[in-house]
Amino acid sequence: MRILIVGGGTGGTIVANNLARRLSGEIRSGRVKIRMLSASDKHMYQPGLLYVAFGQMMPDELYRDQASLLESSIEFHVDPVDKFLLKENKVVTRSGKTYEYDILVMATGSRIVPESIPGMAEGAETFYSEAGAVKLFKKLREFEGGRIALVVGVPHKCPIAPVEAIFSLHDYLKARGIRDKCTIKYHYPIGRLHTIKEVATWVKPHFERMGIEHETLFNIKEVDTVNKVVHSEEGTASEYDLLIAIPPHRGMEIVEQNGLGEGGWIPTDRFKLTMTGHDNVYVVGDTTNLPVSKTGSAAHFEAEVIADNIASIVKIGSPVREYDGKVYCFIETGHDSATYAMFNYQNPPDLKEPNKPMHWFKMSYNKMYWTSVRGLL
Amino acid sequence: MSEKIVDARDTFCPGPLMELITHMKQASVGDTLELLSTDEGSGNDVPEWVNKVGHELVSNEKVEGVWRIKIRKTK
Repeated sequence: MRILIVGGGTGGTIVANNLARRLSGEIRSGRVKIRMLSASDKHMYQPGLLYVAFGQMMPDELYRDQASLLESSIEFHVDPVDKFLLKENKVVTRSGKTYEYDILVMATGSRIVPESIPGMAEGAETFYSEAGAVKLFKKLREFEGGRIALVVGVPHKCPIAPVEAIFSLHDYLKARGIRDKCTIKYHYPIGRLHTIKEVATWVKPHFERMGIEHETLFNIKEVDTVNKVVHSEEGTASEYDLLIAIPPHRGMEIVEQNGLGEGGWIPTDRFKLTMTGHDNVYVVGDTTNLPVSKTGSAAHFEAEVIADNIASIVKIGSPVREYDGKVYCFIETGHDSATYAMFNYQNPPDLKEPNKPMHWFKMSYNKMYWTSVRGLL
Repeated sequence: MSEKIVDARDTFCPGPLMELITHMKQASVGDTLELLSTDEGSGNDVPEWVNKVGHELVSNEKVEGVWRIKIRKTK
C-alpha cells in the first residue's frame, strides 16, 4: 500500500506521523510505504504570528525543519506537485518525478490574497505572514495615536483571530500609555461581531468595556490609500490612520490549475473527509471546501480521523470512524487572559469568562505544538 | 449563468452567511446561489445582508427545518 501525502503543514504532518506509528509493523515488513511531498523544508507554527505582531515572539521561534518533525520511516521530499493525475493514481512533481499511490492525502493548505482587494496589499497591515507581522509590529511601535481600523476579508483562516487582535491591540496600546490617544474600530462582514453567535454575544460587553467601536455588515470593497479610507461593498466607509486587515484567502493555485476545486478548495465529504468522487483521496485542513473553520485545530482533529481510517483500511479493509466537525480554539483576550471555544457540527460552543490559567495553557501550547504535530499529543 | 447550492447546514463556524459571502465572491454576475441553513437566524440575517449589499433575493423559505434562500448576484 503506497500512501502519498501532499503538503507538510499541520494536517499533513499529523496524518503522516500518526500513520507511521500505527503502521510501523507494516512499514517494516514492506507492505506499506509512506511518502510526503512538500513545497518547503520548513514548518511554520502560524498561530505564533499574532504574538510576533505584538512583539511577544520572534519569527525564528515559529519554525522547525520539517524533516525533524517526521517519523524516520516517512520518506520526505521537498518537491511540490505540479500535476494531479487522479484517474491514474499518480502525481507529477516540479522536478519531473512521478509518484504513484494507492491512497492520496491532499494537505496543500491555503494562501492569503490581499491583492484581490484593490489597495489592500499597499495600504493595510496584516499579521498573516512573517513579513507582515514584523511590519505591523514596527508600525504599532511607532504609532503615537489616531484611528486604527480592523477589517476582515472573506474567507479567512483562524476566524477567532480578528477578535484576538482587538484584545491584544487594546492591551498593547494601554501598556504603551497611548490607548486614550487612539480609537479602535472593528469591522465585520456579517450582521454581528463574530460569525459564531455565542462568541458574538460573549465579546460584545468586552468590546464595550474596552471602548471598541464597531460596524457590522462591512465587506471590504477597496482601500483608498491616498485618502486613507476603506470602503465596503455595502456602501459605507471608514477613515483610518492605521489599517489592519485580515486578508481574504484562497486555496493553493495548484488545486485550481488542476481543476480540482473552485477557489482552490477541494470538494470534500464532511464526514468521511474524502474528495467527492474519489474514495482513495483524503482531504485535510484548509484544503477542504467544508463549512468548517480553517484552523490548525480543525486540521488536527480531521488528521486524526484520516489517519485512523487509512490505518484501519490497511489492517481490516475498512474505515472505522467519521469526522464530527470538532474544533477547539483558544481565544487570547489580551496579554494575560484567555478562554476557548469548542464545538462540532451539532453542538455550539459554550464560552467561559476569560482567566489567567487558560492564557498560560495557550502559552504552553505554543511550545507543545511541536509535540502535537509529531502526533504525540 | 449557473445555479449552485451552498450547503451550510449544521455549521457554526464559519457559519451560513460567511459561507454564502465566500461563494458569492467566487460566483459571476447573474449566477444564482441557494443557501441551505439550519441556523434559525438565517431567515432574517441573510436577506438583511443581501438587501444592504444590493444582490437580488429570489426566494426565502423554511422547508422541514432548513432555510432555503435563493440569491442572484447582481454586481
